[in-house]
Amino acid sequence: MAALMLRFCCAGRRWTLSCVDGAFRQGRGPLTGSMSSRIRGQRSVAQHSFTTAQKLKKGEREWAAVVGLEIHAQISSNSKLFSGSQVHFAAPPNSLVSFFDASLPGTLPVLNRRCVEAAVMTGLALNCHINKKSLFDRKHYFYADLPAGYQITQQRLPIAVNGSLAYGVCIRSQHSQVANKTVRIKQIQLEQDSGKSLHDDLRAQTLIDLNRAGVGLLEVVLEPDMSCGEEAAMAVRELQLILQALGTSQANMADYEIQRQINELESGGEILNETRSFDYKLGCTVSMRDKEGKQDYRFMPEPNLPPLLLFDSESLPAGADPQQVINIDQLREHLPELPSQTREKLMLQYGLRPEYSFTLLNEVGLLEFFHNVMKDTKAKPHTVTNWVLNRFLGSLKQHSLAVSESPVTPSALAELLDLLDGRAISSSAAKQVFQLLWRSPGKTPAQIVSEQKLELLQDREALEQLCRATLEGHAHVVMDLKKGNPRAINKLIGLVCKAALNRADPTLIKEILERQLSS
Amino acid sequence: MWARVARLGRWALVGGHRAFATEVCRGGGRVTAEVIAHLERLALVDFGSREAVARLEKAIAFAERLHAVDTERVEPLESVLEDRCLYLRPDNVVEGNCVEEILQNSHRVVEEYFVAPPGNLSLPEME
Repeated sequence: MAALMLRFCCAGRRWTLSCVDGAFRQGRGPLTGSMSSRIRGQRSVAQHSFTTAQKLKKGEREWAAVVGLEIHAQISSNSKLFSGSQVHFAAPPNSLVSFFDASLPGTLPVLNRRCVEAAVMTGLALNCHINKKSLFDRKHYFYADLPAGYQITQQRLPIAVNGSLAYGVCIRSQHSQVANKTVRIKQIQLEQDSGKSLHDDLRAQTLIDLNRAGVGLLEVVLEPDMSCGEEAAMAVRELQLILQALGTSQANMADYEIQRQINELESGGEILNETRSFDYKLGCTVSMRDKEGKQDYRFMPEPNLPPLLLFDSESLPAGADPQQVINIDQLREHLPELPSQTREKLMLQYGLRPEYSFTLLNEVGLLEFFHNVMKDTKAKPHTVTNWVLNRFLGSLKQHSLAVSESPVTPSALAELLDLLDGRAISSSAAKQVFQLLWRSPGKTPAQIVSEQKLELLQDREALEQLCRATLEGHAHVVMDLKKGNPRAINKLIGLVCKAALNRADPTLIKEILERQLSS
Repeated sequence: MWARVARLGRWALVGGHRAFATEVCRGGGRVTAEVIAHLERLALVDFGSREAVARLEKAIAFAERLHAVDTERVEPLESVLEDRCLYLRPDNVVEGNCVEEILQNSHRVVEEYFVAPPGNLSLPEME
């Protein structure tokens, strides 16, 4: 059965307390027989357990690695799944806890409508069959941050089943083209989150904060259709983008965390077919075989909650209170644009290649930046894409900046591209200007161009003279060219460019040189 | 015994976990020491004495009489609330913010955190 358990947390301040739950916790985690614990925080990720079948000794039967995933995403809602206490990151400990969350006797769960809508929307976005009737169950295990001794989940009949998630993987061999892959979604279920444990090893005690206890989670179970860590990473990334587009979860998780854990998986080498637990501290997997026997969660129906019934436009009961019914069709109509649809539009509107649209959506804020540049410039989409994805993104990466921290604004880049498009400057001059723009954000491209005197030479006569001078000064290159070396012309063009201090248009130079050479 | 249990549906297996009835039936009415130990660990109860286990066995045997009912083609009752409407609450913050009351019941408290003994298991040695 599946595996990696990754956790998306909502945005907020970084959690600085030491918060490792410890490597092994009986009864933690989504799988029977598996143990996983969590490092909770801003950009943190769960420890996970996974089952893979991997290559045995060479020469024996070939095994294919399969990776399944279970992903828990915290639902973006104001209040918790079954109680009216607030969902908020970084509040004073135990300040967002109601009597129900603390599991005091006499309290009962009351389902939050927003969480159900979030689950249905996610199910629809992932092409799932939405179960018009779903049930809640109790999953029992003992742990200090689970005050009730059980978690309310949807084990028997979850809210959505049998969906699919389409994602792209880079084909390294073919110049970063993108191959489309699909992973089946087994189910999506609603469940409660547990509280947070902080371990004080010095005083041998555990401090419990129940602020997170009872927050709504969406558990998305992916079938083991992925054959390597990279595919798993791309699938999770796509899911992250979908959840963010839907607004059902902020799904913030440091990408490096995914990649790091996936790398661990990939470098696992000879992995025996067993359930293993990933130990975050050790940074490697450890066998769980010698841990205590199978975990039995003793599932039972949640006696305090009737079945959850959903409707569509046909089955909607007449005269029903709109607050008390959820119409799947209505939610479907109002689904926001999904990443795959955004990419389609980009490809149609601007003629972009698939891999470019993937990159544009992958980087936070990059798509918006791109759109803003396109709005303000007359340059062709091809040019804009090239500049945004190569020069702009490259510079961001070089300086480890996010798009929001960029010293170059979309309008500045648009202006620069206009200068280039209008042939006011050469492309090499444009690159120079870009670099200077990066370093002096206050200035406009036009200012930099005039300060650095980078305007294209408009004086044809001067250019002709430069060309003639270069030809005379580099007779051996001319000879080379006459002998038939096609690259010699580029060398000559380069020399003229340099002599012209980057102020000449290479195409024009080539034209002049060729005319001069043939005469 | 497994096949019989499956057909009856009343003791439907949920999530692959074994019903106690099957264990007892297999053992001919006795609950083995293994099962007791397993239960004790899971449910954090202490059966304590042989009498307690015997009482458990009697209770299971009593419930066994349900097998006499023919439930062929009868849908299992999942919830006595199945005819009720599940109330949907609007997503507003209406409770919480009562740290003192929440912490009142706790035997030990450190700076507004509950204090619990460390973990269910001892941690493995790590550097």
